[in-house]
Amino acid sequence: MKFSQALLEAIESLNGNKMRSGLTVLGIVIGVAAVIAMLAVGNGAQASITGSISSIGTNLLFVFSGAPDQGGPGGPGGGGRSGNNVRPLTLADAEAITDRFAAPSVDLVAPVLQGNGTVTFAGENSTTTITGVTPAYYSVRNLELSEGEFVNEEHMLGRMSVVVLGPETADNLFGRHDGVTGESIRIEGQPFRVIGVLVAKGGGAFGSEDNGVYIPFSTAQARLIKREARDQVDIIFAQATTAESVPLAVEEISTIIRQRHRTDIGADDFTVFTQQDFLSTFATITGVLTIFLGGIAGISLLVGGIGIMNIMLVSVSERTREIGLRKALGARKRDILMQFLTESSLLSLIGGIIGIIFGWLIAFVVGQVAVASGTDFTPIVGSDAIILSTSFSAAIGLFFGIYPASRAANLEPVEALRHE
Amino acid sequence: MADWVIEAREIKKTYRMGEFDVEALKGVSFTVDRGEVVSIMGPSGSGKSTMMNTLGCLDRPTSGEYILDGESVAQMNDDQLASVRNRKVGFVFQSFNLLSRLTAIGNVELPLRYAGMVEGRRERAIASLEAVGLKDRMKHRPYELSGGQQQRVAVARALVNDPAIIMADEPTGNLDSKVGKEIMSLLLNLNKERGTTLIIVTHDPTIAEQTQRVITLRDGLLESDGYEKQGKTKK
Repeated sequence: MKFSQALLEAIESLNGNKMRSGLTVLGIVIGVAAVIAMLAVGNGAQASITGSISSIGTNLLFVFSGAPDQGGPGGPGGGGRSGNNVRPLTLADAEAITDRFAAPSVDLVAPVLQGNGTVTFAGENSTTTITGVTPAYYSVRNLELSEGEFVNEEHMLGRMSVVVLGPETADNLFGRHDGVTGESIRIEGQPFRVIGVLVAKGGGAFGSEDNGVYIPFSTAQARLIKREARDQVDIIFAQATTAESVPLAVEEISTIIRQRHRTDIGADDFTVFTQQDFLSTFATITGVLTIFLGGIAGISLLVGGIGIMNIMLVSVSERTREIGLRKALGARKRDILMQFLTESSLLSLIGGIIGIIFGWLIAFVVGQVAVASGTDFTPIVGSDAIILSTSFSAAIGLFFGIYPASRAANLEPVEALRHE
Repeated sequence: MADWVIEAREIKKTYRMGEFDVEALKGVSFTVDRGEVVSIMGPSGSGKSTMMNTLGCLDRPTSGEYILDGESVAQMNDDQLASVRNRKVGFVFQSFNLLSRLTAIGNVELPLRYAGMVEGRRERAIASLEAVGLKDRMKHRPYELSGGQQQRVAVARALVNDPAIIMADEPTGNLDSKVGKEIMSLLLNLNKERGTTLIIVTHDPTIAEQTQRVITLRDGLLESDGYEKQGKTKK
């Protein structure tokens, strides 16, 4: 019997029992849709995190105070952590790193002080991150201005009361983020003049940079963010000259600070982190997450496959007489085998196709919900996920179809014909 | 040498029922000429069904020789048997055994499908339906047909491969006597017109009377083998 005929008969047979076929297909649909959607969400999360880490700067290095094994990056506002025998990072450390000869791979250095505070304008107030920055911070962190100017040397020298606003903070205070330059706001009760507004970057891995105010480092040091040690800084951001020189820059910075802090090798009281470290850390996390989600979805696909096997077994026992008759009319084992395998594969294939569409839809809806709730997150339906789930579902149809089909094929014609 | 279409020699069939072996056939021998009409009779438990299954190549004898239309089938494997059934045997069952999903023509086409035939299949199926007088009902499904019509479709299906023998197992058992007679005369006419050997398994003496020869089985052995009408004798 030709395959096209087997296919036609399978369609006829499945069509003859629409309700049952539909429910069986549903199991596979849910499984495949879940796999597609979960992998899409996982991939989307990965891409979104990778994107936001890349957006914080190029070839970026972070220097924190504290030994590497005392925990990972503290993030903004986590500075000033001091354990035993930990010397805080200072402005002098930052200046030493800028030394072209000691650290040729380091391009720009931007020490910052960070704290939280209340910002007010005309009765509107907002709690936000206050960052004391140097002019270099602008290029190190890849910032962009939508209006006005950034903190410059003059502001630094004069310890001037000027502030650059993140767009979200501007929205919170003014209800808009344009045309606010020149306004006067209060930070912790002290008056500051707005000199610029940043372009929105979206949520980052280190909290949103859009929600924050940026003031000259010297001003922050003198008036807003007090630290125990003189000239203490919370984080030093440094930019390597090229992507290739990032590991070199790490070495140079480490050597300089080790000398300055007089620590032994292996007893560092600071940590140098690179973007790459963050990327690989998060890649590991999202990778595990994706596998976890995909695995759960895979289980539902497996359950769908068992559903197929179940229904095929029922079908075989219901159609025992039919099988006997077909054998009496000259059907060979492989004819019967093919007939039932075609049916089960067809079930899973149809389920797979509908599942892909459905999974895509779910991923799309998740994306829309994420956008609606202000998260910059797009699920990615990869061709790998489609190929994976399609081949997996077809394999499941075959695998779970083989047992019922071979049971049918091996029925004795005499016994089968006698079956009621 | 006579033109035997069936040659059965010392056919034995033993079933294993739990711990016991049950001998359904204890060594049965007979031959059937091409074009003969034979009925096989016997009370239940006589080995009648086993004989039919063996003659129809649905089952192999435990021992003995069975030659159907020149092919020795006793030692064949399952797929070879399937092929022999497909080419040489047409079945007519008591309960019609039509596939309800298929139309009349679809049912008649089935043996041709398993024969791998594509071209001319429909034409042959139509011709076969015409031979049983149901050409106008070919698009109907079994449940849209009367019992007699369904059995006619089954006869058409048995004919379609132009088999050496037609095995009819109580062909009128599910039909009222009037329709039963029609089916019997249809089968006998086909035998006359086409010369197809007809073997009818039945317990109904009125059916057996209409055949040239009656083979009676009892307790797995041949009890009698008689040519009633022609009065011929045969060992």
